[in-house]
Amino acid sequence: MFTFIARRVLYSIPVLFFSTFFSFLFVSYASNPLATVRQNPRATPHLIHLLTLQYHLNQPVIVRYFYWVQDVFTNKLGRSLVTLQPIWPDVQRTMGHTAQLCILSESVAIIVGISVGIYSAIKQYSFFDYSFTTVSFLGFAMPVFWLALLLQIAFTDEYNHWGVRIFYTSGLNSIPGESWFTLDRLQHLALPALTLFIISFALYSRYMRASMLDVINSDYVRTARAKGVSERKVIMRHIFRNALIPITTVAALNIGGLLGGAIVTETVFTLDGFGFYFVQKLGQGDTYAVMAYLLVTAVIIIIFNLIADITYGFLDPRIRYD
Amino acid sequence: MTEFTRPDGSTGLVPTTPTIAGAEPLAPDAGIDRAVETTTEAGLELKARSQWSYARMRFFRHRLAVAGLIGLIIIFGCGIFAPWVAPYGFAQFDLLHTLQPPTTAHQHYFGTDTIGRDEFSRVIYGVRTSMEVGVFVAVVSTIIGLVIGAVAGYQGGWIDNLLMRVTDLVLTLPALAILLAFTALVGNGGQWDLSFILVAFFWTGIARVVRGLFLSLREKEYVEAAKASGAGDMRLMFRHILPNTLGPIIVNATLAVGVAILTESALSFLGFGIKPPTPSLGELVADAQSNPDQWWLTIFPGLTIVVIVLCVNFVGDGLRDALDPQQRRVRA
Repeated sequence: MFTFIARRVLYSIPVLFFSTFFSFLFVSYASNPLATVRQNPRATPHLIHLLTLQYHLNQPVIVRYFYWVQDVFTNKLGRSLVTLQPIWPDVQRTMGHTAQLCILSESVAIIVGISVGIYSAIKQYSFFDYSFTTVSFLGFAMPVFWLALLLQIAFTDEYNHWGVRIFYTSGLNSIPGESWFTLDRLQHLALPALTLFIISFALYSRYMRASMLDVINSDYVRTARAKGVSERKVIMRHIFRNALIPITTVAALNIGGLLGGAIVTETVFTLDGFGFYFVQKLGQGDTYAVMAYLLVTAVIIIIFNLIADITYGFLDPRIRYD
Repeated sequence: MTEFTRPDGSTGLVPTTPTIAGAEPLAPDAGIDRAVETTTEAGLELKARSQWSYARMRFFRHRLAVAGLIGLIIIFGCGIFAPWVAPYGFAQFDLLHTLQPPTTAHQHYFGTDTIGRDEFSRVIYGVRTSMEVGVFVAVVSTIIGLVIGAVAGYQGGWIDNLLMRVTDLVLTLPALAILLAFTALVGNGGQWDLSFILVAFFWTGIARVVRGLFLSLREKEYVEAAKASGAGDMRLMFRHILPNTLGPIIVNATLAVGVAILTESALSFLGFGIKPPTPSLGELVADAQSNPDQWWLTIFPGLTIVVIVLCVNFVGDGLRDALDPQQRRVRA
């Protein structure tokens, strides 16, 4: 197991190198360095020349990539080339918000999705099963941005009409400042979280149902029933526990899709998260900020893939890593 | 070949047992002859059914899939014949009728926007673009993925290594983010630019599927038998293995149409995909953001995306049941 993890971690280094290298080539080609400095009327050509030298902007792009790598390690992802501000505080803040949003929506989606999946599988072809089949089919076909917009419009209308504030439709806090665990924050996070929840819920409930049905028809379940184990025990101990195994992998591998969904959702709800930060910086052509996003999310995805493999091996003893 | 006559007067051929060159010719298969005789005497029809006709039967028995197919034909038909179906042009404005709710007057079925452009016509033209992008991306990436996946799975070696490394690279980055970065760079807002960018990412997924199929089929006995009777690599790959992989590949290609349309609309919505003047459904929803009180501007383009993708997924599921009955059904 240890050698497996070590090998995977070592392998991810060249993967990260190549993926960031190619991204850097493309992103910096479309970038617009020192844009805000150039717009400043007090910026002399001499100053711009100095900054160009300081940030190695006169160097070829391949050399600049290695300067960027150096900045990542020694300078906490470096400074934005557009605004010349350090990137790390922004990343830290927006990442926190995105993490809060994702943890909220995912934990609810996993719990509800698994419960619905179990019940749909037990009562296969019942009204309950068919209704949630419809819901998840809609969830698969629904563009995230449209769902987010519908919720936003619905609750804006609700507020304008009734004057009662249930959920806020943009931002993170009513009063500027960070208040992480307050009712106010929850009212702001509810709609974006609901958007991500519906998308993830469709996935989990479907997978859980399919995985339950797989197990329900297996021989050892029949044996357990034949032995006279109570139905409740068969479901909870024999079926449920084994059906959970594939779900852990699905949940861990869903992180890429979740981050993509977060980009769209945060943009619609103008929520100060990592995805919205990325879209804004991409529009400004801010190479270092865009690269910071890609690097951090790539590391997160690699970690989650690794977690998926490890838990799979841990939960299913038939899988051996050597 | 033995010929037999059906009750309706048409004739059919019953294949006889193949003969092996140099060996004693085998006696004609009396069993089949007798079966043909008895069934025709009883007035019954004997019909040869291919694998494809069985698949077709299974598909048409799937009610949702047929409904999806009909839905797709209608919607895509509107897209193809957009200039005839749409009452107005995509950018044709009318400042006397701005922000009208849906009405049959002046044929504004989906209402009008801030400068009086007919939303129904805009949606129809948007469907056309989305459809073209979705189908193009699915077809081209399937062909590329098929060839590369087949070679990688069958031959292994450096192509296989390269394929797996490239897909690893693609899988490490969040798909939407890297697509956004690419469209920000090379996309000039045209639909074909975006299509090529999507193809560049979509083929890897299909190549991985094809590779897996070829890897497992390569070891099958019938392939070994074909090899033993002297079939070359090309013949083995395309004549013996490929037909057995077509089911999952067609299913994947169909579902890819839906994913491509969803991705395209998300990119266009964020302002990095298709940009005006090219019509696109995602862009219409993005436009509607400045008029949240005019619900029809948000509802109709978005609902159209949902319906298209829903139909595509139904057809995909029907095809999965029809062509690939062994595969575990996760979605349905």
